[in-house]
Amino acid sequence: MPIADFEPVIGLEVHAQLLTQTKIFCGCSTSFGQEPNTQVCPVCLGLPGSLPSLNRTAVEFAVRAGKALGCRIQDRSVFSRKNYFYPDLPKGYQISQFELPICLGGEVTVPLDGGGTKSFALTRIHLEEDAGKNVHGEGGSEVDLNRAGTPLIEIVGEPVLRSADEASEYLKALRLVLVYLGVNDGNLEEGSFRCDANVSVRKRGADKLGTRVELKNINSFRFIRQAIDFEIARQVELLESGGRVVQETRLFDNEKGVTRSMRSKEEANDYRYFPEPDLPPLVLTREFIDSVKLPAWLPLTAAAELEKNGVPAADARTISADQALVTLAFDVLAEIRKADPAADAKWTANALLGELARALNDKAIDLAHPKFTAAQVAEVSALQAKGTISSTAARTVLAELFRTGASPAQIVADKGLAQVSDTGALEAVVDAILAKNPSQIESYKAGKKNLLAFFVGQAMKELKGKGNPAELNKLLKAKLGE
Amino acid sequence: MTADPSLLPLGELTEALATRAVSAVEVLEACLTRIRAHDPAVHAFLRLTEERARKTAQESDARRAQGQARSPLDGVPLALKDIFCERGVETSCASKILMGYVPPYDATVVERLHAAGAVLVGKLNMDEFAMGSSTENSAFGPTRNPWDLSRTPGGSSGGSAAAVSARFVPGALGTDTGGSIRQPAALTGCVGLKPTYGRVSRYGVVAFASSLDQVGPFAQDVKGCAHLLSAIAGRDERDQTSSARAVPDYAKALGRGVSGLRIGIPPEFFGEGLEAEVEASVRACIAELQKQGAQIVPVSLPHAPFAIATYYVVATAEASSNLARFDGVRFGLRAQGAGSLGELYGRSRDQGFGAEVKRRIMLGTYALSSGYYDAYYLRAQKVRALIQRDFARAFAEVDCILTPTTPTTAFKLGEKSDNPLAMYLDDVYTVPVNLAGLPAMSLPCGLSKEGLPIGVQLIGKSFDEETLFAAAFAYERATTHHTRAPALG
Repeated sequence: MPIADFEPVIGLEVHAQLLTQTKIFCGCSTSFGQEPNTQVCPVCLGLPGSLPSLNRTAVEFAVRAGKALGCRIQDRSVFSRKNYFYPDLPKGYQISQFELPICLGGEVTVPLDGGGTKSFALTRIHLEEDAGKNVHGEGGSEVDLNRAGTPLIEIVGEPVLRSADEASEYLKALRLVLVYLGVNDGNLEEGSFRCDANVSVRKRGADKLGTRVELKNINSFRFIRQAIDFEIARQVELLESGGRVVQETRLFDNEKGVTRSMRSKEEANDYRYFPEPDLPPLVLTREFIDSVKLPAWLPLTAAAELEKNGVPAADARTISADQALVTLAFDVLAEIRKADPAADAKWTANALLGELARALNDKAIDLAHPKFTAAQVAEVSALQAKGTISSTAARTVLAELFRTGASPAQIVADKGLAQVSDTGALEAVVDAILAKNPSQIESYKAGKKNLLAFFVGQAMKELKGKGNPAELNKLLKAKLGE
Repeated sequence: MTADPSLLPLGELTEALATRAVSAVEVLEACLTRIRAHDPAVHAFLRLTEERARKTAQESDARRAQGQARSPLDGVPLALKDIFCERGVETSCASKILMGYVPPYDATVVERLHAAGAVLVGKLNMDEFAMGSSTENSAFGPTRNPWDLSRTPGGSSGGSAAAVSARFVPGALGTDTGGSIRQPAALTGCVGLKPTYGRVSRYGVVAFASSLDQVGPFAQDVKGCAHLLSAIAGRDERDQTSSARAVPDYAKALGRGVSGLRIGIPPEFFGEGLEAEVEASVRACIAELQKQGAQIVPVSLPHAPFAIATYYVVATAEASSNLARFDGVRFGLRAQGAGSLGELYGRSRDQGFGAEVKRRIMLGTYALSSGYYDAYYLRAQKVRALIQRDFARAFAEVDCILTPTTPTTAFKLGEKSDNPLAMYLDDVYTVPVNLAGLPAMSLPCGLSKEGLPIGVQLIGKSFDEETLFAAAFAYERATTHHTRAPALG
């Protein structure tokens, strides 16, 4: 039976570190890359007698994520202890949420290539603390507890994904939303956005789910596809050869592109969850939940709005992949509309995906600290709309504006980019050109209409490229008797 | 002034210090002299912090001289059960696994005692990790009852009770998870209070069972306990289970009297297993309160008989998790020669924990295990809710409840060591109170024919310690039990 006769069933569990200044249960800094064991205190070291105090901002971030993903925010949730021994877990238990998490339901919505979207259901989101890190060196193993107590949300998806590509798109969309919300930095390599995948396969049409395998250690979008595809193929092959899939946890080896067994179900920990007696139930008032605000745009709403304003779907999606671009796009559009209320967003999108993208690519600018303003970008658009500069010149002005922040009018003046639109001046040039080319006039009149371009070209050459092409066309056509 | 200021009960000592009839240094030196003379036989202290204490006492005297006393406790020598983290002072919980461990921070109650100007003289013996009722489960050897050195002072705060009973210090702090303040207070003739759960911060108190543990004071007199509670109670942002309710000046409640006070007597606490002498003393206490105008009302606490079973599921479950951090990785004892991580954990914990601690870790681990959770932990929580409901119903009828603190007087060292269940049953009257989170006090109400102290327990409504202080003080003023001291050498 070929692989196509099997249906993969995939559910992702994502751990996202929250971008709070301090840890979830103490006042220690969460900054990354510090000297080992310098961002610690009695609480995150799990010293005897220490107790956790919940970080309000971590709760707010979890609620923000829940709202953006359409979850039901729970007015009462309960922290639980997940008990297991490991050197990077100072208390011998992780404070997490188990039976009553802070968010239930929700979905991750993914844009489809052919337009439209598809949504994948979430089970829940819960708050928990991160563990430290074991560092294995030559002299033995050491523990760095700087990360211990960093707030995490775990976003648990329903097993509704059906391919590695879907899983990858789901992950990208989820990551983007969290980054938009400012609750997570979306860094897979540094492990601040981590993904485990539960993968099983079943014969197409079967109701019952196959035995699932949990995949760990997947730290890039490429690896998630590789890991899942490998695992699907492995499971299908196993079933095809009359074997059985064993419930287990497998590690992805990103150098070899394979998964290998880490521990079986029998070896799995019994976590002995029970309600954390050191923290009262987390009760959220309606006022608190309402006070948690979402940004003006999320990736999908931004893309839809751009499309509605005339931007092609693919371009809209590209812009929406970067929150800074989205903000800038709508700021510029708003400025343009001060002068021209009916303006669409096409010019803006082109400016952002053209000259701005080039400048960003060249690392010539930093969008977090731009030298230019949206109003200045809109000014370039206005100069072009008025015919003061050509579209080519507009690109030159934008390139300069993005890099220097100089006034567009000044750039036009300094670089001599203004077009000649004055009819008298253009007419003189046109007359001179026509006088010099009588034979071409003959040919034109005989039907070689494409010679119009020749005349425009000659005139443009005479005008050093600054002639208003529309005006020149109009004038020439009139002179040539049309 | 009395010749030996160490013999003054705390409530009187605060006045003597305030009038500068005695100095903090004099009191401290008198206490240290007594400790040196008699603690080798009693073994209440695990370690003394004499030099620190002298410095603090001198500073206190300087403040008093300037008229800048910080609180009634300024200059009062106190000692701490070895469960409270004190910066720079070894805190072992009487366990081998924490021997030599020096915490880098102060427990909130230690901070508050410092702020009140108290003089901390040392750390007191206890059952390992507060697990026990006799202080025999200490890795440092048992504490003896000052009234009869062949008997235990009770536990787990046996060192605290013995130190106050022997007049080594006028006051001490202990913790009470199932009776660990009240039972030793009763067996040594002290006043001991377990406040309402949440009244005192647990931050910096090595956890046994987080939902039951509470910090409380010991003193010879009720007023002394009132001063101590006023100093340590109140919200602490570092303990989210601590209450934000305002802390009254408990000493002000002392004179209220008991006229018209409705005192509940539950028959469940006067049944089988209660020694006749204990019952007689407690009944005499009831009669005295009645004489002073209290109204005696029968109340029922029908689920109380299930409290011990419930407690040993809830407490051990929480303990099994709380004690997971003692793994040999970051602090305390680490076994040598382990070949793997699992071996490091196994050997360190095997070598570091005593038998009773291991027993409770295993009980608790079992109660939380997959497949047993519902039958044990969840069931226990349901019974706990029923016990709480019993108390709530009783308190609709009465202002406080009076019972014996313990079924018997102090037992012999070794008498119950081989029978954990018999030991557990010594807490039969105290445990229900912890499950309900209520405040309760034990105070002396007589001596047995053998000359052993007997304690009576007053249980209050949630956060109504004031009624307990008022009733206890009314009784204390009318009797002389609290003035009887053990004869030491």
